[in-house]
Amino acid sequence: MVVARVCESAIVDVPIEEVWRWLRDFNSHWDWHPAIAESEIENGLPADSVGAVRAFTLQDGGFLREQLLSLDDETHELSYCLIESPLPLYNYVATIRLKPVTDTGATFWQWESEFNPPADRARELKALVANDIYRAGMRALERRLREGPSGGGDGILRVARARESKPLYEPAPKEADAQRSEATTAPNVQATGSLQARAVVMDRYGGPEVLSLRDMDVPLPGPGEVRIRQAHIGVNFIDIYCRTGYFDLVSLPGVPGMEAAGVVESVGPGVSHLAVGDRVAYACPPTGAYASVRTMSADLVVRIPDWLDTAHAAAGLLKGVTAGFLLHDVHTVERGEWVVVHAAAGGVGTLITQWAAALGARVIGTVSDQEKARVAEANGASEVLIGRRTEFIERVRQLTGGRGADVIYDAIGRDSFDASVAALAIRGHLVSFGQASGDIGPREIGPMASKSITLSRPNYGHYIADRAMMTMQAERLFEALDRGFLTIPEPQVAPLENVAEVHLELEAGRTTGAIVLEA
Amino acid sequence: MTRVYVSSVIPAPAASVWRRVRDFNGLPEWTPFVAESRIEQGLPSDKVGCIRNFTLTDGGKIREQLLALSDYDMSCTYSILESPMGVEDYIAKLSLTPVTDGNVTFAQWQADFECAPEPEQALIEQIGKGVFQTAFNALKQSFGGR
Repeated sequence: MVVARVCESAIVDVPIEEVWRWLRDFNSHWDWHPAIAESEIENGLPADSVGAVRAFTLQDGGFLREQLLSLDDETHELSYCLIESPLPLYNYVATIRLKPVTDTGATFWQWESEFNPPADRARELKALVANDIYRAGMRALERRLREGPSGGGDGILRVARARESKPLYEPAPKEADAQRSEATTAPNVQATGSLQARAVVMDRYGGPEVLSLRDMDVPLPGPGEVRIRQAHIGVNFIDIYCRTGYFDLVSLPGVPGMEAAGVVESVGPGVSHLAVGDRVAYACPPTGAYASVRTMSADLVVRIPDWLDTAHAAAGLLKGVTAGFLLHDVHTVERGEWVVVHAAAGGVGTLITQWAAALGARVIGTVSDQEKARVAEANGASEVLIGRRTEFIERVRQLTGGRGADVIYDAIGRDSFDASVAALAIRGHLVSFGQASGDIGPREIGPMASKSITLSRPNYGHYIADRAMMTMQAERLFEALDRGFLTIPEPQVAPLENVAEVHLELEAGRTTGAIVLEA
Repeated sequence: MTRVYVSSVIPAPAASVWRRVRDFNGLPEWTPFVAESRIEQGLPSDKVGCIRNFTLTDGGKIREQLLALSDYDMSCTYSILESPMGVEDYIAKLSLTPVTDGNVTFAQWQADFECAPEPEQALIEQIGKGVFQTAFNALKQSFGGR
């Protein structure tokens, strides 16, 4: 018999009595746990009576019953067991334990359990309990408590609610569910297990007219794969290079697109980090994102936090992860460093500027016009310069007391390269990560010795090459978003059928901010 | 019985913090108020039953006996045999628990003892703030926290 033990814990920045007030109500979980759709205490018992049974349904439709075994207001501890579940979590007994952190007024929350899973599913089930139930739950309740009564919660004790005895299956609208209702339209399941999807297909390379919307069968996920019901799809400039054939990443006939967010619809064998119903996103090759349903390798697909909606995830994952590795891995930006960000009002430039400023760097942004200068300033740049010619070099020198910049983030390329080198400090770092003005061409590296310059040419793919890297990058981004270090700007949303028009606008430079397609 | 309970979050993995605090003879290394310490009768400092004999920076002398030590629970329980504080039946437990979300450490220190009614408040203050919290603050600082 396999014995699985799971123990998760967190520091919740809320006083212990406030956390306990919710947890001691055995029926409160459907008010705060993102996985729970509805819950009821059987036989009209008060929700804090030992022996009470809660019967509840999950967002994915699963039905469970759990019984309260002990509840102790003195030690802030409760335990419960599972008496009915669609998952083989045999002999599952869990304990929740709170302790005060006396020197900060926060709460230590430990949630642990023991159960007997089938041997071949032990890893998967342990990960599910640890991440999707415990960790997700602790974070959700903390967020709920910190938002206070205005955050959509009524904040009042609900112990008495069990007596209202609401029928379990009566649909109860929950305001917090709004974002989860994305992509819940019942799929059209085929006999073979494949799903009907709408996809943007191209048969040849060319202009926007080669993009056409078609119905497609999406197969069941194979080993290591997931099938995702996609809610929003990110549109990036690389999609245009794929469409024209400049990059041969789409083999014809094929579906373009490399970034999307949605909900896991089914999981293939051997996938343990994702489960049906998980809200997820990805930003990686291969192409195939322009579709309402997609089956793909699960490796680089990450779960997204409850507070991040799919439109923002699809608009910001690629750019946010890029900003993250540029500021932490390619160069580690330190407090007080002088950082130059070219195109500081652009997609990635906006995020780099915000994040670098939050890290304590002094950011000099460059932009091309007055309107973008205001955006860059709002992003937290301490100085914004219009243009990147000799005045730029001079101004950076003045601002840095003659030293020059410690690091320059340059995605302009051809037109800015020389000015960037000139504006660097001794032992400065030029991070050249794009070429919006055209190919950089051959450059002399000899003269770089005059300032001991470091040059980086990072490639996105090498920083998200496997699941460990992608998870680290995504979690760093989500944490920074959660802490308010940066904000993904509100994306424009267009229906999938307008894809050709969206490409036309993007190519012509007529768009501002990110665009996502709604599947 | 009087109880003092202090807890804190140390910004480092529990195994690292435990390496620092598990040595029953190691108070001078991580607390600011112990000047020197030795284990009586040359016993190893992780032998349950051993006695530490230490001198505070203010000159006070204390003898404490190790009652329990667990590398599994990361906890250590000890009693006071002799001290200038005026406490009886003093038993304290220091324990560490990993916080999985963030990989930091939840540290708890609790003491139960008997004492005369008049100095009780002062003792609670002295043990809770002067000893346990001061030691936690030093730990936090040494692991890079504020």
